[in-house]
Amino acid sequence: MTLLDQPAGPSASVWPPNAHGPRRDPAPLLPDPEPFRLLDTPAADKLDPELLRDLYRRLVLGRRYNQQATTLTKQGRLAVYPASTGQEACQVAAALVLREDDWLFPSYRDTLAVVSRGVRPVEALTLLRGNAHHGWDPKAHRTAPLSTPLATQAPHAVGLAHAARLRGDDVVALALVGDGGTSEGDFHEALNFAGVLGAPVVFLVQNNGYAISVPLSKQSAAPTLAHKAVGYGISGRLVDGNDAAAMHTVLTEAVEHARSGRGPVLVEAVTYRLEAHTNADDATRYRTPDEVDAWQERDPLAVLERHLRAHDLIDDAGVAAAAEAAEELAAEMRAEFHSEPELDPLSLFTHVYAEPTPQLREQADLLAAELAAEADAR
Amino acid sequence: MSTATAPAAASGATTSLTMAQALNTALRDAMREDPTVLVMGEDVGTLGGVFRITDGLAAEFGADRCLDTPLAEAGILGSAVGMAMYGLRPVVELQFDAFAYPAFEQLLSHVAKMRNRTAGRLPLPITIRIPYGGGIGGVEHHSDSSEAYYAHTPGLHVLTPATVADGYGMLRAAIASDDPVVFLEPKRLYWSKDEITPGPVEPIGRAVVRRQGTSATLLTYGPSLPVCLEAAEVARAEGWDLAVVDLRSLTPFDDETVTAAVRATGRAVVVHEATGFGGPGAEIAARVTERCFHHLAAPVLRVTGFDIPYPPPMLERHHLPGVDRILDAVARLQWEQ
Repeated sequence: MTLLDQPAGPSASVWPPNAHGPRRDPAPLLPDPEPFRLLDTPAADKLDPELLRDLYRRLVLGRRYNQQATTLTKQGRLAVYPASTGQEACQVAAALVLREDDWLFPSYRDTLAVVSRGVRPVEALTLLRGNAHHGWDPKAHRTAPLSTPLATQAPHAVGLAHAARLRGDDVVALALVGDGGTSEGDFHEALNFAGVLGAPVVFLVQNNGYAISVPLSKQSAAPTLAHKAVGYGISGRLVDGNDAAAMHTVLTEAVEHARSGRGPVLVEAVTYRLEAHTNADDATRYRTPDEVDAWQERDPLAVLERHLRAHDLIDDAGVAAAAEAAEELAAEMRAEFHSEPELDPLSLFTHVYAEPTPQLREQADLLAAELAAEADAR
Repeated sequence: MSTATAPAAASGATTSLTMAQALNTALRDAMREDPTVLVMGEDVGTLGGVFRITDGLAAEFGADRCLDTPLAEAGILGSAVGMAMYGLRPVVELQFDAFAYPAFEQLLSHVAKMRNRTAGRLPLPITIRIPYGGGIGGVEHHSDSSEAYYAHTPGLHVLTPATVADGYGMLRAAIASDDPVVFLEPKRLYWSKDEITPGPVEPIGRAVVRRQGTSATLLTYGPSLPVCLEAAEVARAEGWDLAVVDLRSLTPFDDETVTAAVRATGRAVVVHEATGFGGPGAEIAARVTERCFHHLAAPVLRVTGFDIPYPPPMLERHHLPGVDRILDAVARLQWEQ
């Protein structure tokens, strides 16, 4: 009989005074076993029809936005475009549940969420167009620049949310991360800081199944990504990312949870990237047409339209009106991207520091002389 | 370890302080003057920092403004980015040079670039304090000179004080800067003592001639300044009158002061603890050569740490530039021609 085989019983010795932190019951933090759904469930009857119609119009707009941005990329108007086609419910809901003074922290696939915050497409897509690294005024739109290094924006969201609370503002920050991003150290550090500080922040993980080509099974052995919350003492929620009503409900609750001082929330939205990683990627190398077809059936736009039609909440005229608004957006995008962006080479030196260093002044003079010589040669 | 707490230095009043106390006083004065300034890092609160630079700040300003963070440098600096976006002015302590590396991605990809990528709309006034350099008998990972990594990164200011007065004045300037500043504190000078008279906050980026001389010019900064001053004293006995320039700021670099000081003697040696290959000395020697070529009687030489991982404490004296190695370099400045 080894020591390990001994029957375990209560120890007679008492723990010294606790310097090791409180022990908490993990049960209230655990996500549901299955992704939360509303559409096609009995609970859907209680949903506000106007909210559903609004979500529908926004999804139609979002789908058209993704299509137009992809077309612009094929025409050479964008350097690269990581489409969020299939993830529009996540994108739209993330923006819709925030107040104007809340902050959004997007990554590169989240320009639709940025547009849904009220940023013009031409500004939201500036990074991907390639004429500048960033387009919109982050403070005016309470929307941070697109973060390309994965999950590095998550600690920013924590810090901003904490700072807002220190200043007495009931502002919430929402950080968008992908399934691949949850493997990054910054994701871990952000969740840990958020838990310790009790910061009013919501992390939305759009689990679209792939980090470029690597499937989730090679990314994480966690029961679900939402379970990761428990290790940080924060609440985890699991939701169907292709159910716009469920996304809106869960995120609304998460934001209110954070705003009311009950701590951060990690939401995992199970969704699917219907297109390749970007226009430069070939998704047929790592996933089958059958898999994609199956997810087309769960297309968030189709799911919502089926629901609206089945419940007589929208008619052909409503569908046509949504499509018309989407065409207007596409036309605006074509018009804005048709003209060449204005480029000023000397602007390269203007915002490295508040005041250029003497060295940068010298280098700016060098470039100015090159430009003058180019102009003379013309 | 003695406490770093010192009475707040009233502008114009002369007090005798260690560099650690001067840094502590600078933090306290900045926090008193500006409610958006907050200090954050590992052990900075209750303990007052492992070097006691933040001693007493939590007691005076509360745990929210002197924040003990989890042990995660990317999280510390990443959170500071978000705080700065919301209008705060964080002063981050990264506990030791070699423990700052986990924050590298935040520093290079966000802190250094945010002003630039947002065309000036999102400046990040963050001060990142890092105790650096050797000479205190620290075991592995406690003695790195990492300044070249930071100086190689556009968007960061890189400062390092070498005197008690600069410990106060340059840290105040760093905190007042609207740009991110990597503030490298020579940990072996923490206990150096001097009388200081705090004045108005000076602009950053100027070098100072610490010792006038006519024979050759030593260009140095941070922990190597006292070594160079000592070398200059010894050299006097050997008939050399050495000038010593304290660079203070690696970015921006004060070409004007350095160029004038080298032209005045026609000979120059760059001295630093950091490894030589690709180190700051390489950049400085190149800049001096480009600007002073026709004034030079000899190639610009470098006296630096060897190109090795930082040695164990019992061997570090062989690695660090000392008086003899500096004087050997001075002797090689082609005096015969």
